Amino acid sequence: MSKSIECNEWTRKNAQNVKRLALWTGIWLVTMAIAAFGPKFLWPGNEMISTIFIAINWLIGVGMIWANGQHLRGLDELQQKIQLEAMALSLGGGLICGLSYSLMDTTNVIQSDAEISYLVMLMSAIYMVGLLRGNRRYQ
Amino acid sequence: MKNKLKVLRAERDWTQAQLSEKLDVSRQTINAIEKGKFDPSLPLAFKISRLFDLPIESIFEDESSSSK
Repeated sequence: MSKSIECNEWTRKNAQNVKRLALWTGIWLVTMAIAAFGPKFLWPGNEMISTIFIAINWLIGVGMIWANGQHLRGLDELQQKIQLEAMALSLGGGLICGLSYSLMDTTNVIQSDAEISYLVMLMSAIYMVGLLRGNRRYQ
Repeated sequence: MKNKLKVLRAERDWTQAQLSEKLDVSRQTINAIEKGKFDPSLPLAFKISRLFDLPIESIFEDESSSSK
């Protein structure tokens, strides 16, 4: 009985959506790494190859967004609510902290330049906290 | 909103996982509905109603109207 539950259509479709999203995300990360480090280690000074890899990375990014949409649409209504709350928290937190961080740079409160990678890391951390909070709330 | 989902499920001797399979939702969602932490959408409420062959109002009860 439990085996048939684990393999019902909805669960299988969700697992497929997660795998598809993981695949697109993985490819996006690899192409991002190639586009970022390629000019230094693989094709120094060749801007044409850099442009091609940036374009490939952008296109894969579009595919990743599509896969994420498929994944979100496949979730049930409670899971979608948890995702929405986590994403809202991440967007709001990222916007507020990102602008404050940028202001600190432009007003020379901090000595280093504001890096967008820090903002991405912060938004990811807030998103994960939001997911944990949501899952705990509806446990 | 209060509901009788847990009682109805127990009467049929179904687990939360079995009920979630019949409704195409996660077990977490069934658990949250049973505990009153999450109110299902109207389409899901109708689905539950059809599954148990009972009217929606006999499964779900608005707490504000019951307290009057």
